[in-house]
Amino acid sequence: MFLLKLLKRILPAVLLLILLNPGGLKAQTDEDAIMMTKNNLCLGGVYSYSSWTNYWEGKFKRNNANLGTVSTKMFGLMGTYGINKKWNVVINAPYVETNASQGVLHGQKGIQDLSLWLKWLAWEKQLGSGNLSLYVLGGASIPLTNYIADYLPLSIGLQSKTLSGRLIADYQLGNFFATGSGTYTWRSNINVDEPSYYTTELHNTNQVQMPDLWYFNFRTGYRSDRLIAEVTASDMITIGGFDIRKNAMPFPSNTMNSVMIGADFKYTFKAAPGLSLVGGGMTTVKGRNVGQSTGFDAGVFYVLDFSHKTKHPNSTPQKTK
Amino acid sequence: MIMLITSIINDKRTGFRMLILLTFFPALFACNKSISNATANLGPLNPASEDLAAGAWKPILLSRPDTFAVAAPAATNSPAYVADLNEIKGYQQSLSGDAQSKIKYWSAGGVLRWNEIMRNLVAKYNIPPYQNPDGSYPIPSSTNPFAYPLFPFSNPPYAARAYAYVAGAQYDALVACWHYKTLYNRPAPYLVDSSVKAYATRTTLPAYPSEAGVLAGVTAEMMKLLFPDEVANIEAKLQEAELAAIQSGAATRSDITAGEALGRQVAQLFTTRGKADNASKAVGTPAQWANFVSVTTGLGQIAWISQDAPKRPPMLPLFNAVKPFLFDSATVVSLRPGPPPSTGSDDMKAAVAQVAGLVKNPTRAQMKTVEFWADGVNTYTPPGHWNAIAAADFINQNYSEVRWARNMALLNITEMDAAVVCWDIKYFYFNPRPSQMDESIKTLTGLPNFPSYVSGHSVFSGAAATILGHILPGRASAYMAMAQDAANSRLIGGIHYSVDCTVGLTVGQNVGNYAVQRATNDGAE
Repeated sequence: MFLLKLLKRILPAVLLLILLNPGGLKAQTDEDAIMMTKNNLCLGGVYSYSSWTNYWEGKFKRNNANLGTVSTKMFGLMGTYGINKKWNVVINAPYVETNASQGVLHGQKGIQDLSLWLKWLAWEKQLGSGNLSLYVLGGASIPLTNYIADYLPLSIGLQSKTLSGRLIADYQLGNFFATGSGTYTWRSNINVDEPSYYTTELHNTNQVQMPDLWYFNFRTGYRSDRLIAEVTASDMITIGGFDIRKNAMPFPSNTMNSVMIGADFKYTFKAAPGLSLVGGGMTTVKGRNVGQSTGFDAGVFYVLDFSHKTKHPNSTPQKTK
Repeated sequence: MIMLITSIINDKRTGFRMLILLTFFPALFACNKSISNATANLGPLNPASEDLAAGAWKPILLSRPDTFAVAAPAATNSPAYVADLNEIKGYQQSLSGDAQSKIKYWSAGGVLRWNEIMRNLVAKYNIPPYQNPDGSYPIPSSTNPFAYPLFPFSNPPYAARAYAYVAGAQYDALVACWHYKTLYNRPAPYLVDSSVKAYATRTTLPAYPSEAGVLAGVTAEMMKLLFPDEVANIEAKLQEAELAAIQSGAATRSDITAGEALGRQVAQLFTTRGKADNASKAVGTPAQWANFVSVTTGLGQIAWISQDAPKRPPMLPLFNAVKPFLFDSATVVSLRPGPPPSTGSDDMKAAVAQVAGLVKNPTRAQMKTVEFWADGVNTYTPPGHWNAIAAADFINQNYSEVRWARNMALLNITEMDAAVVCWDIKYFYFNPRPSQMDESIKTLTGLPNFPSYVSGHSVFSGAAATILGHILPGRASAYMAMAQDAANSRLIGGIHYSVDCTVGLTVGQNVGNYAVQRATNDGAE
């Protein structure tokens, strides 16, 4: 309730800058150009809700009265630690709950995958009156529980272990910034409960070959120590996979592509500089073998300072200059 | 952990190495992800016995093994046969890698490979049609099979029948084939001419007519009835199988040609039966669908309703009238069990409550059992699953092709008759599903669009386990345990009441016993 009240108070200000469609638990994470200072640990929780009624079977867009609206609630615990000013570790582990508003299919819930990113500020340079910087990230994720994967669209994840490489380029000019990133994600094969399954042919094995992914993200907007307000666009491209045939069920190795747009903010309190709120929204503008999902998220973060020099936890996560 | 990373990173040189590592992170682990089927690397079929007496085994539809004449083959010293041998030698001069892999694939066993191809087709076509704009559903049409919805919708009854017709026709055709093999006794090419290599198992089984040709011909011919959209693809498979047999040195062109012709003729018998077995009327009419409801409500029972949205007509409600293989239609009725608990009774309330309790907070183990046996949309169906189970065991038995065919035919005519009996029961009682009785019940797999009592999975599994347990007595208890597991999966998945599963298993076993009767009297044991 406290959170909601706070949100209500700051929203009008934020609305001036962004269209409130808060999106992705992405702010100040593995996707942005913000580093924690040395020995600072930023801990937070993010709640997100997304849902869709329409989805794409291959390129065929439809709804399904046997599902109604499919919703996903997620609560993620996140932590970012500044090893030093150039190296950060980002950890995230969500609890996920799915539900279909119609039909008889049982929803799923459980703890999903642990992801870990190592983030390196590799290079930065003054460019004109702005600042250009380059980040290199390596990420990995691993399922924390043996939740069911082949239960789409209601499974909470795909059970694949992943390894990712990401490059981020960021330019800041005064309070304006633009960040672009590209990610390649390798996904391990998974085992399903069924002894056989059909993709474009029958496979007499329970092992499923998982296609890799490209992911591109662009975000731009206003960024100061106190407030970040940005609009985002992302493109997820599955390299290979196959389409859901008409009226068939989705499958973990489908070609899942989506283009999403959204907006995020992050507000850091003046009175309590370690405390910040994030929020955002996103919607899917184009997709293939995915739901046309729209959602929002809201979270709170707090910075703990473990450096020996400083006694008070006062460091706002900030862009290193 | 963090400390370790910190110490590594605080060293500048290591930092540079980390950059390289991170950038090539995915590449480092992008090892070969390709997967292969369980039977991809089987060696060639190597029968423990050639079953030379199989020409006298009891066929299913053939009245005599020589109903269809096969002309005597040319002598092995004739110019025609020498030309045949030269064709093989020509191929064997330079076998491409692709040709060798095709030989390896097909030499593992024709019945096995065609059975796998059938399972593939069933899975491919096992998708319910998408609704029309007005909420009605289009019905696949055998007279317009390429238009959406593609013909057929190979749901469990359709699939059971398709497997049975193909397996039955393959068996009858191989009985005839074995008859002529021993009648004419023309040896394999590599036994006639030592310069012909044997890329599959060397065998003393007579080569004329070729069992590979028979299997290809009979299967391709059956597709015209069962999967008309696939005729072209299956003809290509036929060419592949026949060429592999020739290139492997197992058969000459004339062995193959005679075999294919025989196979196609035997298939005609099954096709003729199939056109008149009432399956084409199993969809029913709106008046017939409505009649099930009025009969059931007339008896004071809650009638089943479709929980698909939009509401879908019941799946093949008149499949009970399909002509079975193991017994007559009167026996179908005699195999019908007593009624389920009355929909208004306390027993029914308790049965619903049991299902509701089971699906409230399912465990992962529970879900795994449900999904393992689900065999729903886009799969090879429960009969296909039992084909997969049987094939995996038969591979270890070193059967001849004719014994493979006989055992697969026994399994599949059993499964078809199980479907007929089960569908008779389902539509006789027209009993609602647990999720119709209690809307809070959410299922752990797709809800089938037909009445509850009795469970199709249970009937299919009880029947399959019974005949397979007869064929492989050492595995009998394992098969019955699997059948129990399959039946139970429908209860814990929220699809069925307990009584649907227990009674269904018994009905299945009763059907299976008819197959056991046949098996003990077909001359193969």
